[in-house]
Amino acid sequence: MLSEQSLKKIEELKKRYPRPQPVVLAALWMWQEENGWISREGMVEVAGLLGIPEHHVYGVVSFYTMFNSTPVGRHKIEVCTNVSCMLRNSDRIVKHIQESLNVGVGETTPDGRFTLVEAECLGSCGTAPMMQVGDEYYENLDEAKVDAILSRLK
Amino acid sequence: MTMEPLILPPVPGLSGIDVYEAHGGYGMLRKAVTMKPEEVTDEVKKSGLRGRGGACFPTGLKWTFMPKQTDKQKYLCVNGDESEPGTFKDRQIFELNPHLLIEGAVIAAYAMGVGTIYLYIRGEYKRWIAMVEKAVDEAYARGYCGENILGSGFSTSFTVHRGAGAYICGEESSLMNSIEGERGYPRVKPPFPAQFGLWGCPTTINNVETIANVPVILRLGWEAYSKIGHPKHPGPILVGVSGHVNSPGVFELPTGVLLTDIIYKLAGGVPGNKKIKAVIPGGSSTMILRGEALEGVTMDAEGLKAAGSSVGTAGLIVMDEDTDLVRVLTRIAGFYHHESCGQCTPCREGTGWMHKILKRFEIGEATRADLDLLLEVANNIEGNTICALGDAAAWPVQSMIKRFPEEFERRVKPGAAPGPPGGGALGATGGGRTAHSALASFPA
Repeated sequence: MLSEQSLKKIEELKKRYPRPQPVVLAALWMWQEENGWISREGMVEVAGLLGIPEHHVYGVVSFYTMFNSTPVGRHKIEVCTNVSCMLRNSDRIVKHIQESLNVGVGETTPDGRFTLVEAECLGSCGTAPMMQVGDEYYENLDEAKVDAILSRLK
Repeated sequence: MTMEPLILPPVPGLSGIDVYEAHGGYGMLRKAVTMKPEEVTDEVKKSGLRGRGGACFPTGLKWTFMPKQTDKQKYLCVNGDESEPGTFKDRQIFELNPHLLIEGAVIAAYAMGVGTIYLYIRGEYKRWIAMVEKAVDEAYARGYCGENILGSGFSTSFTVHRGAGAYICGEESSLMNSIEGERGYPRVKPPFPAQFGLWGCPTTINNVETIANVPVILRLGWEAYSKIGHPKHPGPILVGVSGHVNSPGVFELPTGVLLTDIIYKLAGGVPGNKKIKAVIPGGSSTMILRGEALEGVTMDAEGLKAAGSSVGTAGLIVMDEDTDLVRVLTRIAGFYHHESCGQCTPCREGTGWMHKILKRFEIGEATRADLDLLLEVANNIEGNTICALGDAAAWPVQSMIKRFPEEFERRVKPGAAPGPPGGGALGATGGGRTAHSALASFPA
């Protein structure tokens, strides 16, 4: 169930659009922020709140890459490997994280702490290589910086 | 070469409304609401401003497509999806000068008689969304958005709409679908957004940087603005430089600056003083240029068109002499495959094919016939899809093969069979549709 605060926010957002469906992305964001991923239960609740079909919400969740339709680790590490980052050795960053966490790309550590994925361009080309962990951007990375960042994330 | 920054002036605290107002901020909105809406549009039209999102369409002209007499609600969408690889400029506006963007959007809304503004920002930019939302709250509190703006009788709302990770949502019709709470599928055009946009109502979509230019035009006057940079593509432009340079970053420049000056004088040159093998001048979908061909090429729509590429989003990616271009192209192809929305068969299937064939080149398993196959797939995507993503996927492949044939040649598996008759880009037997004939109309 979404929190009271989120439900209130959804009602406010509905006033910003001529119909309720446009709030679907925002409502799904709220569900994901509260639960880490979007379960079937979440999709059903969002559909009910907006008065739209459940299959439509599922279609939206499956279309947008930032929505997690399966559980992920507490910290989702997304390393940009697109061209500008690739030219500045993002592959070394990916390899370093794989080795230090003993986890493959697309996998979650057994303790549920980290999930590692490769990301498409995150708009930090001038500060490459970079990664996003949760909502935060970490830029101008090297191996030592990555170690320091990951050790802070429990 | 450089200019006093107009979009990103180095004023500490400019993102706060007090500092913004102290530097004349919202003065142009005050001025605009005393003008007739069509006078505002006319000013933008005469300034020569062209869209900064990649297509370079004349902004003032776009605004005139909006119907004046209509009983429908009218909408303005500001496109901050910013997902083209190599592009990181709108982010600077969100962070350093969000009120300029808000002021520009409200002026644009006034000019077109729009009552609702949606600013679409990519989902990953959560930190920057928070910055813009704070600025929007401030603007509402001081009466620059909302009801009866500055006592003019004009009202418009301003809502930030967060995306959720989809490159395609930067395509204008896909962006509208995403705002409507749909999957981000592009729409068939016509009808064009100005006739049938959001919820079937008249809608204009402008890029963030384009909109940020609007208050600047009113402040300088169209005539002075039109004299900045290249006469056919005037104004300040935010150029993002990334890849193999010593000082990457975003530089605000007049249009028309030499690429070599941008790379060597502003971005600090290439690490280790290496030679430049190639540059992608305007984001990943623009055609690649050889390092030797950069002399005299300027960063503007006309200069890059003459050089056989396009200005795109002015996201300049520099690659030094040791760069493996096959690997670069494979990565780009992988990106377009991932981001294809899947609606049109040539793009959905073709982007995957291109990626697969390029992976064969990357690991040295490709045959000579693979190059023809690659080009044929690219040529069959181009122009055969609902939106420009298909073209954006085809152009890098076509331009890379045309301009860097040696990069592919050396990756062909030694002793591999030439492939079926008809293949021929690398000297195999003639007949059929060869790579070179397929590229006959392609700029060298």
